[in-house]
Amino acid sequence: MTDTLPTPVPGGLDAQRLREAYRTMRTIRAFEERLHEEFASGDIPGFVHLYAGEEASATGVCMHLDDRDSIASTHRGHGHCIAKGVDVKAMMAEIYGRRTGACQGKGGSMHIADLSKGMLGANGIVGGGPPLICGTALASKQQNTGGVGVAFFGDGASNQGTTLESLNLASVWGLPAIFVAENNGFAEATASAWSVAADNIADRAAGFGIPGVIVDGFDFFAVHEAAGEAIERARGGGGPTLIEVKFTRYYGHFEGDQQSYRLDEVKQARETVDCLKAFRSRVTGTGLLDEAGLESIDGEVFALIDAAVAEAKQAPRPTRSDLETDVYVSY
Amino acid sequence: MARTISYREAINEALTQEMERDSSVIVMGEDNAGGAGGSGEQDAWGGVLGVTKGLYHKFPGRVLDTPISESAFIGAAIGAATRGQRPVAELMFIDFMGVCFDQIFNQAAKFRYMFGGKAVTPVVIRTMYGAGLNAAAQHSQSLYPLFTHIPGLKVVLPSNAYEAKGLMTQAVRDDDPVIFCEHKALYDTTADVPEDSYTIPFGEANVVRDGEDVTIVALGRMVHVAEEAAGELATSGISADVLDLRTTSPLDDETILESVASTGRLVVVDESNPRCNVATDVSALVAREAFSSLRAPIEMVTAPHTPVPFSDALEPLYIPDAQRVVNAVKTVMGGQNA
Ligand SMILES: Cc1ncc(C[n+]2csc(CCOP(=O)(O)OP(=O)(O)O)c2C)c(N)n1
Repeated sequence: MTDTLPTPVPGGLDAQRLREAYRTMRTIRAFEERLHEEFASGDIPGFVHLYAGEEASATGVCMHLDDRDSIASTHRGHGHCIAKGVDVKAMMAEIYGRRTGACQGKGGSMHIADLSKGMLGANGIVGGGPPLICGTALASKQQNTGGVGVAFFGDGASNQGTTLESLNLASVWGLPAIFVAENNGFAEATASAWSVAADNIADRAAGFGIPGVIVDGFDFFAVHEAAGEAIERARGGGGPTLIEVKFTRYYGHFEGDQQSYRLDEVKQARETVDCLKAFRSRVTGTGLLDEAGLESIDGEVFALIDAAVAEAKQAPRPTRSDLETDVYVSY
Repeated sequence: MARTISYREAINEALTQEMERDSSVIVMGEDNAGGAGGSGEQDAWGGVLGVTKGLYHKFPGRVLDTPISESAFIGAAIGAATRGQRPVAELMFIDFMGVCFDQIFNQAAKFRYMFGGKAVTPVVIRTMYGAGLNAAAQHSQSLYPLFTHIPGLKVVLPSNAYEAKGLMTQAVRDDDPVIFCEHKALYDTTADVPEDSYTIPFGEANVVRDGEDVTIVALGRMVHVAEEAAGELATSGISADVLDLRTTSPLDDETILESVASTGRLVVVDESNPRCNVATDVSALVAREAFSSLRAPIEMVTAPHTPVPFSDALEPLYIPDAQRVVNAVKTVMGGQNA
């Protein structure tokens, strides 16, 4: 077997697109790892849920999307935001509660949004996103834009009535909607092996008459390929797909979680199947990108995150005059 | 014997004692034990803020974790209550009522009346409310007025650890559906709490401070804000009667009206949004029943008509504080602040 040629990367991604994919995943990782440190220092208010370990999902899906397309996210939303092109500095300022933040400091980590980018918001309500995506997909269909909607949600959210109703509605209406179940093994402290009564979340697709696919969430290329097929089918009028992405979250449910409910699964995942490591060895092994090129991306990303944190800490806070604005469009 | 314990421990102790006393009491909610199906500890969380910690091992089979399916498990608690169980179900954050409200207000609340007085639904729904932890717009609301609006529900808001234990014990023993609203910023506050079991009856406001010049009606965490304000007012010679409502349904009309009859002035402090809230309800009661005793227009100190802002620069401006209560009292005193 030693003389086998390295497998070419699937999905027809050229060097330029591969660099983009790597940059997005690296940006998400660096953003989250930095937040992990900053949170521990006590500077960040509220609840923060980190997406580290899950980068291949947001990135592999969102690389197929453009400004016609919408996504709905979850409480663990930073990765989805970055992958859909939300400004990293505006995100960081939002998490610090600053007036320069993506939501002027009114939303925070759990509500970062950029509607101009089709990013409908992180969401504090588990299962809040899938119905909204039925709506954005309906709008794309009515307006014939060719746009699709993607709902990201967790294994825990897959048990929420809103999610199951949305799968049915999208199927009945033939909507250009993609449901991405991010199964990171746990909902808070509860294992998906216990809370999801089926063997796989994707198995439930059959009950709604739509395709259900399982992918290895540590493998960017697997996610990219499965999402590409589903999105192409949706754009062509072929209706919704349920994609289950399986992986592990690297940090606790929220920052501060002691995680006594799981043993050392994370250490092992980080060492053996990490999406960034796997991506690197795949693309350098095929000679498409070299280590030096990837390292220079790393350097740019770290500089961006440093600047985002420094600027966020210096940015002005909202003031009393902001408290009662923007409840309505007109009064 | 009383000792000092926290609000969190007081609720836990009430649940423990009621589970020991009555085998029909069961507890359920997301991660009320925690760790189901995982490789690590069972009872890893005891609820997201640790209120039910330890019950899982003490009462095997009676602490049920649930999938994230509020309509199903809140509804299941209600259904079980109709058939001889006394479930205490946790809705976690009150904001999540949106997901399962039908089971609460069309089902549980209406059985007794709609079925001609034949149904008994002794369910307790525990839920945390309130701002102060920068938990943002979907995890910080004070939605108890919505439950108060619904006939058939009892709505309880303990203001400290002593109140929490007595009111929780009463809630479990009560034969009606009870919405038990725990302020998340109170969990670590402590008070002297008797070890023995005791109940605090619903519909009896607590006079936490006697005074003559003005009545301050408050509830939940706002009781502390009202007390702080009353302390400050005392230094300028204004004495305030401070009432802790304890329950908004049933409402203790009598104690409110008696107090206003003697003070002639009313300030209501309510953390919820200002339209159709407890402050407007109490104010309407007083305007209707005690108009002739009023020596000044009623003042209400509430959150503004906005969602709860995230930023730590805005949230403190949103939550009613002692200074605003002091100002309101000075307004009803007509500037005569001694
Ligand atoms: C309706 C609702 N119920 C419960 C919660 C509390 N909660 C927040 S995140 C979470 C777990 C979600 O698990 P999952 O969907 O698997 O996403 P993950 O956290 O693993 O990304 C829970 C129970 C909530 N925010 N909204």
